[in-house]
Amino acid sequence: MSRWASADPASSGALLSVRDLKVTFPTEDGLVKAVDGLTFDLRAGETIGIVGESGSGKSVTSQAIMGLHRGTRAMVEGQIVFDGRDLIKIVDEDLRRMRGRDIAMIFQDPLSALHPYYTVGNQIVEAYRVHNDVTKAAARTHVIEMLDRVGIPNPQKRVDQYPHEFSGGMRQRAMIAMALVNSPRLIIADEPTTALDVTVQAQILNLLVDLQKEFGSAIIIITHDLGVVAELADSIMVMFAGKAVEGGEAEEIFYEAMHPYTWGLLQSMPRIDSEKKERLVPIAGNPPSLINPPPGCAFHPRCAFRDDARLGCSSVIPEFDISTEHPARCLIPEGERRAISQAKTKTRTA
Amino acid sequence: MFAYVVRRIFVGVIMLFVMSLVTYLLFFAAPSDPARYTCGKNCSPELIEQNRKALGYDKPVLVQYGEFVKGVFVGREFPDDPELKKSAPETIASCPAPCLGYSPLQSATVTSLIAEAAPISISLAFMAFLMWMVFGISGGIIAALYKGRFADRALVGSALVVYSFPTFFIGLSLYIFVAIKWQLTPIPVYTPISEGGVGAWLSGLFLPSLTLALIYIAGYIRLTRAFVLESMGEDYIRTARAKGLPQRQIMGKHTMRAALTPIATVAGLDLGALLAGAIITETVFNYNGLGKLAVQAATTYDLPTTVGIVLVAAAFIITANIIVDVLYAVIDPRVKYS
Repeated sequence: MSRWASADPASSGALLSVRDLKVTFPTEDGLVKAVDGLTFDLRAGETIGIVGESGSGKSVTSQAIMGLHRGTRAMVEGQIVFDGRDLIKIVDEDLRRMRGRDIAMIFQDPLSALHPYYTVGNQIVEAYRVHNDVTKAAARTHVIEMLDRVGIPNPQKRVDQYPHEFSGGMRQRAMIAMALVNSPRLIIADEPTTALDVTVQAQILNLLVDLQKEFGSAIIIITHDLGVVAELADSIMVMFAGKAVEGGEAEEIFYEAMHPYTWGLLQSMPRIDSEKKERLVPIAGNPPSLINPPPGCAFHPRCAFRDDARLGCSSVIPEFDISTEHPARCLIPEGERRAISQAKTKTRTA
Repeated sequence: MFAYVVRRIFVGVIMLFVMSLVTYLLFFAAPSDPARYTCGKNCSPELIEQNRKALGYDKPVLVQYGEFVKGVFVGREFPDDPELKKSAPETIASCPAPCLGYSPLQSATVTSLIAEAAPISISLAFMAFLMWMVFGISGGIIAALYKGRFADRALVGSALVVYSFPTFFIGLSLYIFVAIKWQLTPIPVYTPISEGGVGAWLSGLFLPSLTLALIYIAGYIRLTRAFVLESMGEDYIRTARAKGLPQRQIMGKHTMRAALTPIATVAGLDLGALLAGAIITETVFNYNGLGKLAVQAATTYDLPTTVGIVLVAAAFIITANIIVDVLYAVIDPRVKYS
């Protein structure tokens, strides 16, 4: 059984088992397949990074796990088994009780994710009291402790301030405190550092690592920035056009990447230790249509290594073999890709 | 905050002065003779000259304005003639402060005319305000909650129909059907509380304020619906859901707080504008409020009354603006005045 386990999710021993998840949005132009058959497992206390460009379906995945598509026109199919219960089938009220208590979420832009008219303390106290039968005063004491724990100085004073009185980094710390206030078993961090200054980004990531050790929560970290997951994730899944295109341990993704899209992501990542004044190489082209995806491999129109005559990139849909430890959705024979990957890693790390 | 309020009031007073000067110049510096309009059909040249002198229209415009301002603070007398005061005190019209002028056409001071009409308009405005806030906002919330479904379409559709009808049509229809044909309510007549008690006051106000409120209800349903829907799509509502809050708390606390704050602003300004009289409604129901007084003054070239009403209307709007701005600092923590 691999990391991407295909066996029965109930016996996989994983905290979260996503099986063939599909999220479809009906629009006037047709069905948008935002997530199209995603499968992965996440064990308690582990971290998985989901990486991909805008529109690859990574945020939609996280919101599907939280059940935030309920009550909208989005159609969610497949299985999301958390702690033995399928979150897609579970009734609204049961899911609501799990939200915030068992699964918490950290959003991208803490300024818009916090309510401007209520104090930070009020909002965190609310998150705590909805799942715990405690007095306001007790909740407030707990919240002040949490604010202190996430590194907000002077929490007794800060607890009564409004979000606009916080700096960007402090706001995200408050969001993290809000997510951790019920010691959830799973934290979904959706681009938690994208809206922050670069110096603050590192602090927030370190904080997440520390808190994960302390609280033992599993983390799904969603980002378009491979640098972010490098520090944090045990395993990484690369998404493109609603599908996983490569998955593996973090080390494997960085040093033995097996998919042309991942190579592109790695090449477009700036490196502080690079001695040569090399230019960043962008991945040419735009994200494909999710209504009418390109035939064959969805990445082939942008792929520098495509070989239609030999491999049929524009007609054959490549498989994603989740029974292996390091699957990649590509038609190029594995041996050739390994050779390309080694060459690329060499130039990148030289 | 206190300093801000003081500064706003100070600026408001200056605005009132500017308003009064502009209005004054507009009416009295026009290429027409204000004295000509001080008497009706039987105006003789002698009477015109007499009124011109009595009302001070023979003096330069700025001097007249100065006397007008002085009258507002200390009162004045028409004509301001010490000799006449000794010989024939009964011919002198006294206008105590705050004197907004004297209307020879109505043989009354403008202040007394306004004081008589204002309670009617203010009662009407507040009653309508109450109705449109209650029905407009609750209607808007219902429409937003059932977006795209029958309740929403019915509310927004009927709001559009009501909004498209002119006030006089709605007013006359209500008058004819509700009060006269079906006799569901008594014929609406304004009765001050001092004369008929609260019951008579309310029943007299019902139809006219409903007329006035209907247009606003229609507008506020659409406004509230839009604000609530906008608020429901905000990121912090998604956060509230992700926290596991029950739907009722998400709507009642998070959504409403954000949606109703901007409505408070609009409502304050609408009320301020309405206090100075609802011209059509008052005319339809024959209520002698400020709106009807204004029409009457304008159609009879009653210049002093017109100026007076314009000033009072401006004062209402300026005051409403100040109150709304100060209120905003109370309800929106992001707004800080210093």
